[in-house]
Amino acid sequence: MTEQKKTQPSLTRRGALALAGAALGSGAVTGFPTLWAQNIRNVTLRQIGTGVSGLNPIAEQVKKDLGFTLQLTVTDTDAVAQRAATQARSFDIADIEYFSIKKVYPTGALQPIDTKRIKLADKIVPIFTTGRLTPESAPGQGTSPFSVGFVESKDAKTFAGKRTDLMTLMPTVYNADTLGIRPDLVGRPITHWKDLLDPAFKGKASILNIPGIGIMDAAMVAESAGIVKYGDKGNMTRAEIDKTIAFLIEAKRAGQFRAFWKSFDESVNLMASGEVVIQSMWSPAVTAVRSRGIPCVYQPLAEGYRAWGSGLGLMRHLSGLELDAAYEYMNWYLSGWCGAFLNRQGYYSAVLETAKANMSENEWGYWMEGKPATADIVAPDGKVMEKAGAVRDGGSFTDRMGKVVCWNSVMNEDRYMIQKWNEFIAA
Amino acid sequence: MSRWFPWLQAAPLALVLATFLLLPIALIVVVSFYDYDSFSLIPDFVLTNYQEVFASPVTWQTYLKTLWFAGLTWLVTFALGFWLAYYLAFVVQDATWRTVLFILCTVPFWTSNLIRMIAWVPFLGRNGIMNNTLMGAGLIEQPLEFLLFSDFSVILAFVHLYTLFMVVPIFNTMMRIDRRLLEAARDAGAGFWQTLWCVILPLCKPGIGIGSIFVVVLVMGDFATVRLMSGGQSASVGLMISNQIGLMQYPAAAANAVVLLAMVLLLVAAMLRAIDIRKEL
Repeated sequence: MTEQKKTQPSLTRRGALALAGAALGSGAVTGFPTLWAQNIRNVTLRQIGTGVSGLNPIAEQVKKDLGFTLQLTVTDTDAVAQRAATQARSFDIADIEYFSIKKVYPTGALQPIDTKRIKLADKIVPIFTTGRLTPESAPGQGTSPFSVGFVESKDAKTFAGKRTDLMTLMPTVYNADTLGIRPDLVGRPITHWKDLLDPAFKGKASILNIPGIGIMDAAMVAESAGIVKYGDKGNMTRAEIDKTIAFLIEAKRAGQFRAFWKSFDESVNLMASGEVVIQSMWSPAVTAVRSRGIPCVYQPLAEGYRAWGSGLGLMRHLSGLELDAAYEYMNWYLSGWCGAFLNRQGYYSAVLETAKANMSENEWGYWMEGKPATADIVAPDGKVMEKAGAVRDGGSFTDRMGKVVCWNSVMNEDRYMIQKWNEFIAA
Repeated sequence: MSRWFPWLQAAPLALVLATFLLLPIALIVVVSFYDYDSFSLIPDFVLTNYQEVFASPVTWQTYLKTLWFAGLTWLVTFALGFWLAYYLAFVVQDATWRTVLFILCTVPFWTSNLIRMIAWVPFLGRNGIMNNTLMGAGLIEQPLEFLLFSDFSVILAFVHLYTLFMVVPIFNTMMRIDRRLLEAARDAGAGFWQTLWCVILPLCKPGIGIGSIFVVVLVMGDFATVRLMSGGQSASVGLMISNQIGLMQYPAAAANAVVLLAMVLLLVAAMLRAIDIRKEL
């Protein structure tokens, strides 16, 4: 009896090895699995992030390609930052926004990522590695990913501001945001950010209630309407914050806003139900409204876009096998499947070449090159999202990311800004 | 030995309360005097958190608004709850019917709080069932905007959620009223309203008191209903605390929590002063 018990596990271990070998040999594993499958199978990586990229299909694909378990916790932007900083040990990976990292990284909750272990580090879109999309383009105001993307040493608490071997986050997904509109209900062309304040949309406008992002949308509107002139929208002075909040309170008292939203699904519901016809929105929310058969446009505006980016950060406590698994996961993230998956939802992935290889020519043309779709564009769940002939709002990748004028930000006057923002919400 | 017995018997509960109630509250009080920056608490003894609470006109507004929500909700739930309980206790004679109707009152509690609130949105929205019906019937030309994302919808959701907390204790005290008292009142020549005012209402006081405490305490501490039903346009103290926690301003949140706790305790004390709830229990 006892002997039998002893031999049982070794048999399964051998079986697992054989299976792993077979999988490797058959080419079924498409990532970069260099670790022994039988060890890594027991690894569970706990990731916290937002609904943007905390998606179950990604976790399922990780299980399939890499063999280990990715456990996702999904919450809102503020809560991710908060929990990453204060409960660092309860997660292994933070899928976090660059503007949050400006606050979180200095707390020491994360360890830097060794770019030498990221195989495609040199293929990452230059927005993250040089700060500019093309050598000529402007970097944009605010907390750009590049400005907080690198550190000098393992224990550094300040950002390098230039490319080094140590990244704070491995970029995963980013996008250029603008206003979403209901073309059937606005009744006129929308061209500028200031159109949010048009009295015609009284009681039908909305803005998002995440201070770090909402203030930027508000700044785009205020600047467009000529109410406030900013030195740097991403780092306002107290006087600029006061003026911005004053104009928001005025608009709120005048009844311009229908509601303020905090999470992705709230924005979808507001728009789909017709409660709101013009509002701050995120690209996949527009897609979600459209896939319900309701017209919704992610309207390009004359002043340009407000952009954001997020990435994977490694918690400080990660080491050994878990750390190796995390690097596997990050390499896998850039290796193509995931990039294609994210691009198909209207986001952009960090390494474009590998994503392109995983997308059809039609998909790539529609999502990335601004070309009319040659055939129906199908959502990841199989639903037809766009009919043949449709063109993406705002056009190609370079058209959209090239017109970024500011990034989501954490300002020096952050505490003051949040205090004033709360006054706006309570007013 | 026997002298210690009552102490021993009370010890488990006392221990649980001390660990899970008194200790956390003490911690909140301590933290409310801490200083803080973006991501860390700085142990200290500063009064800035309380100064910010009392000096900012916004917090005053928010506290007043919360009291206003509580007051209005109390009024409506009391008016509704009293008559519902009256109907159940005095009008319905059959015990089976009474039970069936009583269970009907608990229907709102068969689903989760959040789902109940979200269900109001398609009902009250601009293109919701209510507006479509009214417009279809030709009663209104423009959709009524105030139905959703307004103070009206917040109060409506509160009333929907908390009326039962009024009904149950009032119903309970009404059932204990000796029916001979009502007969005596009638024999003595009292009409319906006089009986209600001089006999039933005074005898229901403990139930009303308990119901009021439930409703007021629940509304004062609420944050989810206010946020969802006002579309983020209104603020309550609970919501303010939840926002501050979200932005990791724990000491500020703790200071607000202490002030709110003191306020609610004062309100409850005032209610207990007016009504002796132990009298009838």
